[in-house]
Amino acid sequence: MTKLLKNLLKSPSFIIGMGLFLLTIGGALLLPFFYHVNLGLQASSYASPNGKFLLGCDHLGRDMVSMLIEGLRSSLYVGLLTGVIATTLGTALGIYGGFKGGWMDDFVNLVTNLFLVIPSFVVLILISSSLSKGRSLTLIGLIIGLTTWTWSARAVRAQAASLKSRDHIALARINGANTFRVLTLHILPYLASYVFMIFILQVASGILSEAAISMIGLGPLDTVSLGTILNDAKNQGGFGDGMWWAFMPATVIITVLVFALYIINTSMEGVFNPRLRK
Amino acid sequence: MLKQYPTARYILHRGGWYFLTFLVAVTINFFLPRLGASNPVDIIMGKAGSGLDTEAAREKEESYLKEFGLVQVDATGTILRGPDGKPLKSSNVSQFFNYVKMCFQGDFGTSFQKYPKKVTTIIAEAVPWTLALQLPTIMFGWIVGNVLGALAAYRRGVFDRVFFPLALLLSAVPFFAFGMLLVYVCAIKNGWLPAMGGYAGDLVPGFNFDFFKSAGYHYILPFFSIFLILAGGQAIGMRSMGIYELGTDYIKYAKWLGIKENKILLYLFRNAMLPQLTGLALSLGGMIGGALITEMIFSYPGLGMAILSAIQGQDYPMIQGCTLLVTISVLIANFTVDILIGFLDPRVKAGQMGGN
Repeated sequence: MTKLLKNLLKSPSFIIGMGLFLLTIGGALLLPFFYHVNLGLQASSYASPNGKFLLGCDHLGRDMVSMLIEGLRSSLYVGLLTGVIATTLGTALGIYGGFKGGWMDDFVNLVTNLFLVIPSFVVLILISSSLSKGRSLTLIGLIIGLTTWTWSARAVRAQAASLKSRDHIALARINGANTFRVLTLHILPYLASYVFMIFILQVASGILSEAAISMIGLGPLDTVSLGTILNDAKNQGGFGDGMWWAFMPATVIITVLVFALYIINTSMEGVFNPRLRK
Repeated sequence: MLKQYPTARYILHRGGWYFLTFLVAVTINFFLPRLGASNPVDIIMGKAGSGLDTEAAREKEESYLKEFGLVQVDATGTILRGPDGKPLKSSNVSQFFNYVKMCFQGDFGTSFQKYPKKVTTIIAEAVPWTLALQLPTIMFGWIVGNVLGALAAYRRGVFDRVFFPLALLLSAVPFFAFGMLLVYVCAIKNGWLPAMGGYAGDLVPGFNFDFFKSAGYHYILPFFSIFLILAGGQAIGMRSMGIYELGTDYIKYAKWLGIKENKILLYLFRNAMLPQLTGLALSLGGMIGGALITEMIFSYPGLGMAILSAIQGQDYPMIQGCTLLVTISVLIANFTVDILIGFLDPRVKAGQMGGN
């Protein structure tokens, strides 16, 4: 494990990706202490960037920098929430199904196979559009997490199944370890790096899904997110009239976030899969 | 059964599986919107129950109630009413069967927003645009991405060093972000290409040169905003697949035999292509979803816009019709890829693959 970590720290793309991601997390946590976040109506509609409002204002005259900080926090929150839900659920069901088999495995298999072809985007639209009141950021995170876990379950299941016939599992069995013990102590550690990669991808897909669903007007009603900023820019004319500050910073932040997560994932793949190393 | 025709057996097996998925999709499409507080049934019932409207408006509501089987009717088709004059709600189960029956008849009901237009009519107007945009982009994106990815894996060196980070960046850019960027730079800022719509606003769609010219002109930006990102993502996948294949014995042997580079590249491509096809099948749903959002950015007159305006107008029959159609298209596209795999994968021909 420490050797893998050392290898990871030698990979420049991992450093860049992790650095960028930690930077955005740090920004989301610390910026409110340095910058006075004010989401009130302060200036005219689409005021252009100036000394007071560094990135101008939105259609209601709200300070864009404050909106972006708030939006970044929302996006990271949704991403981490869906990442944790989808990865935990998917790993638990996948590992159990892959190791034990049985009706539980058949069921998980059926559900994952179904939801591999039924687009989660469609499911998100159907649920969100029925919740026109009380659609909160947390609820959206929950919905995304509960609709995307199938993907991690499938990935983990294949890995767990391949570990099943290893000798050390049989030894643990002979020593009287129960299924739970085998799964948590003898299988999960082997999959830890893999599960972490899945988590990273799930965080990225959570951030993207939230942005997408908010962009089409089904976003959270209780807060600002990067997706709702884009939705406003599109619907209130900022985008069509070329007010770059209304949408460009938000798209850049989403792209940087997702890019950072993707290169963390690819660099980890490169380190863990020796064939890709060169 | 069909032991001697493994490919046919495989296709039948997959077909049966997709039919099952279709049934589940229809069920989900019916029940999910009914989960929330503001579900379509209550909205129509609320409107119909208010009773203060004019005769015409009341007739309209009643036609909805009957169309979607939301209320109990007697043999002559009159709505049964309770003692307070409100229509009697029918059970969820009977509503569901009514819905399934409508789906199988290809009837998605009447739109709220564009009454009395049928949902199917509105969708039929939008579908050609979406097909014309998404089918070629996804196909070309897949082909170009995979060819470039295989090249990058095989050549490595400078080409790979420039190409790989670029493809990685492209594949990480969300569809909508890239679309917005393209619109801003190419249309709004510099005016090279039109920003919105599928054709110039003063034209009427028809078979004439002006219309096709305008449509082609409006096609360029949405095409590239989907194509480049797709190709980037595919190239990344193909590159790592190709590097993996390069380490295998058959490639080493081919090199040792002194077979021409192009020929080796062809072998490599053929073998790495199958997992890429499977990958395509798995990511089609996400691609189509992303491309629909791109359509919204460009106000392209396809399904994306239809969904957007339906959501904004809380037009539930329209939302449900569109989502079901998108799901069905994804299923059909997946099935097509599966059939392709059936013909291309020698393991299917040898009857070694059950289908899962």
